Amino acid sequence: MSDKAKMKIGIYWAASCGGCDVVTTHINEKILDLIEVADIVFWPCAMDFKYDDLRQMADGEMDVCLFNGAIRNSDHEELAELIRKKSKVLIAFGSCACFGGIPGLSNVTTAEESIRRAYLEEPTTLNPEKVLPRLEVRAPEGDLTLPRIWDTVHTLKQVVDVDYFVPGCPPTAELTGSAVDAIISGKLPPAGSVIAGNKALCDECDKVKKNEMRMIEFKAPWETEIDPEQCLMEQGIVCSGPATRSGCGAQCTKVNMPCRGCFGPPDGVEDQGAALLGAIASVVSPPAGKSIDDVFSGLRDPLGLFYRFSLADSMLRRTKISK
Amino acid sequence: MSEFEPKIVAFLCNWCSYAAADSAGTSRKAYPANIRVIRVMCSGRVEPDFILKAFKEGADGVLICGCHPGDCHYLEGNYKTERRAALLHTLLDQFGIEPERFRLEWISASEGERFVTVMAEMVEKIKSIGPMRLELKAVN
Ligand code: SF4
Ligand code: SF4
Ligand code: FES
Repeated sequence: MSDKAKMKIGIYWAASCGGCDVVTTHINEKILDLIEVADIVFWPCAMDFKYDDLRQMADGEMDVCLFNGAIRNSDHEELAELIRKKSKVLIAFGSCACFGGIPGLSNVTTAEESIRRAYLEEPTTLNPEKVLPRLEVRAPEGDLTLPRIWDTVHTLKQVVDVDYFVPGCPPTAELTGSAVDAIISGKLPPAGSVIAGNKALCDECDKVKKNEMRMIEFKAPWETEIDPEQCLMEQGIVCSGPATRSGCGAQCTKVNMPCRGCFGPPDGVEDQGAALLGAIASVVSPPAGKSIDDVFSGLRDPLGLFYRFSLADSMLRRTKISK
Repeated sequence: MSEFEPKIVAFLCNWCSYAAADSAGTSRKAYPANIRVIRVMCSGRVEPDFILKAFKEGADGVLICGCHPGDCHYLEGNYKTERRAALLHTLLDQFGIEPERFRLEWISASEGERFVTVMAEMVEKIKSIGPMRLELKAVN
């Protein structure tokens, strides 16, 4: 194939841990197929690219950009808008870009509190002079600025239009591979599609229900000896399977760890946490002598559990800020 | 400043609580205009995200009313509602939404009077807590 016909691909990260960038290299030999037909024209995490490289591109010059990470400061927002302009197809890659992911959990607090916690209160932080980041600093060489951090973490879609979603924390190598295949072959699914399964995770989990889904108390996975055959929910371990999109191959429940919901809600479910709450409420049955509230009091931090990956994308998006 | 007039969404099950509202109406008992009634077949039909959505769309308070335990037309719908409501209260609290903004009540078809009392109480309660003011889009 001549160089001229080669596709142009970008990979970008915003508020993310870097895991999504790593997984793009886990597609193994497929990466050779990819670079056969495509040039990577922007990937700041792995190669030396500057924002100006992006600014100089024509609008729509990148065929596809895989965007990972949530949007939580002014720099993320600016780059998301710029990348949207420069890409024909924009893919929200990974749970943070799709639903806010783990960074989205900071929607239970505010920017100010997060900064105070990280710079002043963290037991592992040594900051005797109590230095805090400042938005602007005057240095002899010129004025330096930092992006402004927001109170509320956003998903990519809340900021710009998104064409496809590849969920997962990180997306599996298989799903990344099928997204890459679709890009290479030009056979992309209908716009707006989520590249994963569309049922609930329970559908692909092979654990069996032995007691007609009755939950009499809540336990952490390490507080009980797990029967590897039985549904974890029946064993008192909250599992997000009923409220989570299939497509990962049930990789957590396979090793007896409950699903935490990183694939987000399945088709037709708007609020993953509310769906999980509903699922749990319908299976809890207090043993004799105990009330519903007794049983629920054993459930630690329902918000953090039900919305582990999707708080920023939930109905309420964040906790109420009292002003 | 004019007095705060809360918006309150009340989900009423068709067989008991809606009938109670009806009988309150036919016996000409007045209840505050702050209540927006949504008729559902059973309180068990009210999924947790209906409540979150009501708050998101601007409700200052939400009520679910259904048949008394044992009386649900579909046998167990209201038991499910009760379990959901218990967990929802904890969740709403974590979201910073005062638990009083969400209330579950059993009101039978013959309790038109009680229906009016519960509605009036709820309006008073929400007036005393104040408007909801969710900041869903807080940037910076
Ligand atoms: S609840 Fe979890 S363990 Fe049970 S079937 Fe669903 S995914 Fe499997
Ligand atoms: S089992 Fe759940 S948490 Fe684990 S990878 Fe699959 S969707 Fe994510
Ligand atoms: S029909 Fe009234 S609560 Fe089920």
